Amino acid sequence: MDRTKIDLWVGVFVALGVVALLGLAMKVGNLTSGKIGETYSVTAAFENVGSLKPHAPVKSAGVAVGRVDSIAFNSKTYEAVVTIKIDKRYSFPKDTFANIYTAGLLGEQYVGLEAGGDEEALKNGDKIAKTQDAVVLEKMISQFLFSKASETDKDVKSSSQNTSEVKPAETKSTELGDAPF
Amino acid sequence: MTNNIVEIDNLSFGYKGRLLHKGINMVFPRGKVVAIMGGSGSGKTTLLRLIGGQIKPSKGEVRVHGDVVHKQDRDGIFKLRRKMGMLFQQGALFTDLSVYENVAFPMRELTDLPDSMIRDLVLMKLNAVGLRGAHTLMPAELSGGMARRVALARAIALDPAIMMYDEPFAGLDPISMGVICSLIRSLNDALGATSIIVSHDVKETFLIADYVYFVANGVVTAEGTPDDLMKSTLPFVHQFVHGDKDGPVPFHYPAGNYQTELLKQR
Amino acid sequence: MTKSNPLVSIIKTLQGIGHRMVERIWRLGAGARLFFLTIVYSGESFKRFHLTMREIYSTGVMSLLIIIVSAFFVGMVLALQGYNTLQKYGSSEAIGVLVSLSLVRELGPVVTALLFAGRAGTAITAEIGLMKTTEQLSAMEMMAVNPIARVVAPRFWAGVISMPILATLFSMVGILGGYIVAVPLIGVDEGAFWSQMQANVDFQSDIVNGIIKSLVFGVACTMIALFEGFDAPPTAEGVSRATTRTVVISSLTVLGFDFVLTSFMMVI
Repeated sequence: MDRTKIDLWVGVFVALGVVALLGLAMKVGNLTSGKIGETYSVTAAFENVGSLKPHAPVKSAGVAVGRVDSIAFNSKTYEAVVTIKIDKRYSFPKDTFANIYTAGLLGEQYVGLEAGGDEEALKNGDKIAKTQDAVVLEKMISQFLFSKASETDKDVKSSSQNTSEVKPAETKSTELGDAPF
Repeated sequence: MTNNIVEIDNLSFGYKGRLLHKGINMVFPRGKVVAIMGGSGSGKTTLLRLIGGQIKPSKGEVRVHGDVVHKQDRDGIFKLRRKMGMLFQQGALFTDLSVYENVAFPMRELTDLPDSMIRDLVLMKLNAVGLRGAHTLMPAELSGGMARRVALARAIALDPAIMMYDEPFAGLDPISMGVICSLIRSLNDALGATSIIVSHDVKETFLIADYVYFVANGVVTAEGTPDDLMKSTLPFVHQFVHGDKDGPVPFHYPAGNYQTELLKQR
Repeated sequence: MTKSNPLVSIIKTLQGIGHRMVERIWRLGAGARLFFLTIVYSGESFKRFHLTMREIYSTGVMSLLIIIVSAFFVGMVLALQGYNTLQKYGSSEAIGVLVSLSLVRELGPVVTALLFAGRAGTAITAEIGLMKTTEQLSAMEMMAVNPIARVVAPRFWAGVISMPILATLFSMVGILGGYIVAVPLIGVDEGAFWSQMQANVDFQSDIVNGIIKSLVFGVACTMIALFEGFDAPPTAEGVSRATTRTVVISSLTVLGFDFVLTSFMMVI
């Protein structure tokens, strides 16, 4: 075998490998979507973040607009502080609502933003005031059972307050959680 | 300094407790063709390996140019081996390289010669063995005799001071045998080298050797010039030289030592 | 003849176990020694990199076809089977995630390594075994050329370089195969196929870890093939047995290492 021919083939081989790696990184992996150009970060406090992880997507109306940067625990308020980075191209009103949703029935969790009506926009370092916690399945089931029990035993009035608090989260999560599918 | 290029001094060697050599003494003077003869399994090839430093003796020593071979470190042995050329029994050509590249191999590996000079040298060496026209062939396309001549060209590629031939005549037709035979002699005289032939082909060896050692049962049983040995009345030598069936040693393998050599190395 | 003493037979069995154990450990040590020497003499062979190029050609480039064809089929089968199961849960769009994650994390490196052992590993063992049988290695040594630097090291580095490239190609081609089955044939939404994949495949923890795996497999498979060839008894039978051993030992090693590496990567 001629040396130049071998060189050519090995060159083709290595080039194919590089193309495949780039393909994996860009098309299959999250390398491109992980690098959103310029961002600004805002924080949001949640009572429970469920299994939300750093790098989880931040979506608004189903479109990825940013990423979760970090999740910390505030030992004063006993809340989880989630820092999210949002693409500079998108601005959100001050009273934007931050929810933690689940993609699909058992999918990964992401942060959903629902725009409010405020004139002023969120700036770097701002805190989102209105948040909705992640749905914890066990909690949901126990509350469901509790509410069932309270339906049969109508004397217990205080429980109705409890259920009304949970219900919107329940309905929302099924409706929006299934949306990407 | 004596005129002896290679000296074997009271050498013993054995595998796993079984001694193959029991105190062998030999000398190989400059410019001579010296043959080591003996039946198969008498450890002739092992002697070449000991000279080349591929294995270490149990006792005694081999000296090449006055240096004790087994006391050299890796670099020292490699330095000694650069002065040696060895023709292997089956040629041992590199099957993935062409004839040209086979002969060029030692030059490419061991020298920094430019390609143009390597080309000239390779063609010279191939011409010396009469195979310049075959330089584009692959080893698989060569006949046994041609392969051995290419191997010979490769062995003399760097003009060694010591040439070792391991069964150079085994398994060749009479014509190839004659060609190899005359090549060994003429190359030795042209290079001014010392040649060591390991063989059991009496006729061809006696034709070109200046001095012959007979090895049997781990010791040198007889030595002398071919003429002396032809006239020798020692029973072993007489049996070996004349190929008698009856004698002190049962005559194991008249031919086809190919197979036995393979089995022996296991 | 009296019946053999049970104690004697127990001792004999134990001896047999001990003997085999000692031999295995001895071989492991010899292999490690060869590995060490290969690394030590790699410098010499790097100076003449075209030797390694030649070996990349014969191990890597020559394995391209088998890798690409099998990757394509593996990807297609994955998509078909995955669709079968996923559609029961109404999440057939997750098919892209299933195909890509199983390829990038496991099947790419592992199947490539298994195919590599069968295609290139056996070739290396047989070649070196034959070189030994026909005294080519001996001849090299007698020419003051170190066979480890000239023969072993270039093949080793060729294997180590080729394996991750082949595994990456395997994953990419497999995903394309899965795409062809999922999108045009089954009719999964193309956007969902890719976007779900991108949302769930992490470059660091999935793709890079897969490549690290294939690198380790490359070292292991090539070294096993080289050692078996180097260690083969110089007979036709010896070489053929060594070739078989290369496939068996490489496959087991790859699967074992895969488990160990995966559990390590999960912990970290």
